[in-house]
Amino acid sequence: MKFLSKMNVSRRFLRVWQRNLRVYRKGWKVIFLPPFLEPLFYLLAFGIGLSGLVGSLRYQGMEMSYVRFIAPALIAVSMMNNSFFETTYASFVRMYYQKTFDAMMATPLCLEEVITGEIVWGATKSIVAAVIMLAVISVFGLIQYPDGLLILPVAFLGGLAFGSIGMFFTGIVKNIEMFNLPVFLFVTPMFLLSGTFFPLENFPRWSQHIALIFPLTHLVNLTRDFCLGRIGPKALWGLGYLFLFSLFFFPLAVRTMRRRLIK
Amino acid sequence: MQYVVEAKDLLKKYGDFVAVNRISFAVLPGECFGILGPNGAGKTTTVRMVYAFSPLTGGSLSVFGLDITKEWRRIKSRIGVCQQENSLDPDLTVLENLEVFARYFDIPKKEARDKALEMLNFFALDSRKDAQVTELSGGMMRRLVLARALINKPDLLILDEPTTGLDPQSRHQVWERLEELRANGISVLLTTHYMEEASQLCDRLIIIDQGLILEEGKPEGLIQKHVGRDVIEVAWPTQELRSYIQSGNLAHEDLGHRLVIYCDKRDDLYLKITKDFCKAGCIMRMATLEDVFLKLTGRELRE
Repeated sequence: MKFLSKMNVSRRFLRVWQRNLRVYRKGWKVIFLPPFLEPLFYLLAFGIGLSGLVGSLRYQGMEMSYVRFIAPALIAVSMMNNSFFETTYASFVRMYYQKTFDAMMATPLCLEEVITGEIVWGATKSIVAAVIMLAVISVFGLIQYPDGLLILPVAFLGGLAFGSIGMFFTGIVKNIEMFNLPVFLFVTPMFLLSGTFFPLENFPRWSQHIALIFPLTHLVNLTRDFCLGRIGPKALWGLGYLFLFSLFFFPLAVRTMRRRLIK
Repeated sequence: MQYVVEAKDLLKKYGDFVAVNRISFAVLPGECFGILGPNGAGKTTTVRMVYAFSPLTGGSLSVFGLDITKEWRRIKSRIGVCQQENSLDPDLTVLENLEVFARYFDIPKKEARDKALEMLNFFALDSRKDAQVTELSGGMMRRLVLARALINKPDLLILDEPTTGLDPQSRHQVWERLEELRANGISVLLTTHYMEEASQLCDRLIIIDQGLILEEGKPEGLIQKHVGRDVIEVAWPTQELRSYIQSGNLAHEDLGHRLVIYCDKRDDLYLKITKDFCKAGCIMRMATLEDVFLKLTGRELRE
């Protein structure tokens, strides 16, 4: 908290968050659909389609169906997408096209609070997505409760991590098309190679180490372990990594946005 | 007396480019103070520093007697800003725009709604309160921006080219509302390049160009000082007229196809010119601030 007040961030950042919430609630019926339908599509494709080919697999000594294996990863990917795309494309539109940040900065709010509000909003969207997906996936009996509920704070932490790095990219891209680069070079490789669709154990050792650099690997591991009811001290590594990742990219995001907006 | 805004040697640089070059000015309580200048003169840069959007490169700036570098949050909570670019929130309706904005000032919800409705009424927008911002006309949008700037009952209203791009009806409506507000004692800092607007609204003004103050004073005083009371304009002047004006040592500007003569109560001169030098295309009119402005900042195109 001291770290935040040093950066000029007061609780006023909640006003920025509230503005986004208000807009979100106006369009919730439409915005609600993707996280609701996405897991259904994936479970349909992988559960019925791919499961027939894969059958079951071993994950850390546990024998499980392929659907049970990927369902938590789908939640983790959704956390990443919801926060990352919020603080990249959506924040960029508010900043550049709608001049929303300019208007906010003509009030007692300061840039640090605007950026904090946006990133925390991204993390909130990550939670919302996790809640909806959790509900849908629970119907198929793929989540162990009550441990599965711990996914919600994980969603917030993951959302902060991906929201912060997203905002960092928003601070440096020249135009909105340039987001293709971080999406193609950062999000897509992670989506495929973070132990989402196959256990990392099947990979060579060196690539397993590389995968540990990806924040999504940790988010997937945490979500999967919590869904399967395998909570252990190992989780602290993942939580610690995501925390440090956020702690690194949050001030960096503020710095790049400051350079971009304050003239 | 405490100034509402007091700038001393205000300096703003972008790299090597000096946007505002050590200017000093002060705004009195209840006054409408204008900053006039061509595009790129440094008007917006100056007011952005006053509402703590841009940090100063040098000099000092106090608003309500408070130092802007230290007390920016207290200062910002007492200012209303109407920015040049439309920054209304297109994701929200007219009423929501005001309510959400009020929340940025920490105004309680109930009070925010009451104040928002009051402002919509004042700016004749109450019938459109549930409309999307994107459905509004340019004039309505500008009124909504003004309403939004007043939501926190500011002591100082900063208007950055408030009527640029508006039709005459909308412009006059904005002026009327501003005059009403002024009658209630609000101080106004205004930038514009419409001289008519400056003459009508400003008590005092500065004319700036390339980051420097060229002149400072009351609109009428500046006209009197630089132009005189009247202006005679002659289209397609003859060589004889040019020599006559030059020999008479009269203040004038020769634009080639047009001769502008500045004078004070010289009906005789006008009669002589129309009689001896031109049959048509010669008029005499009251001098305006625009004459002063063009005389001081030149007639070359900017940017």
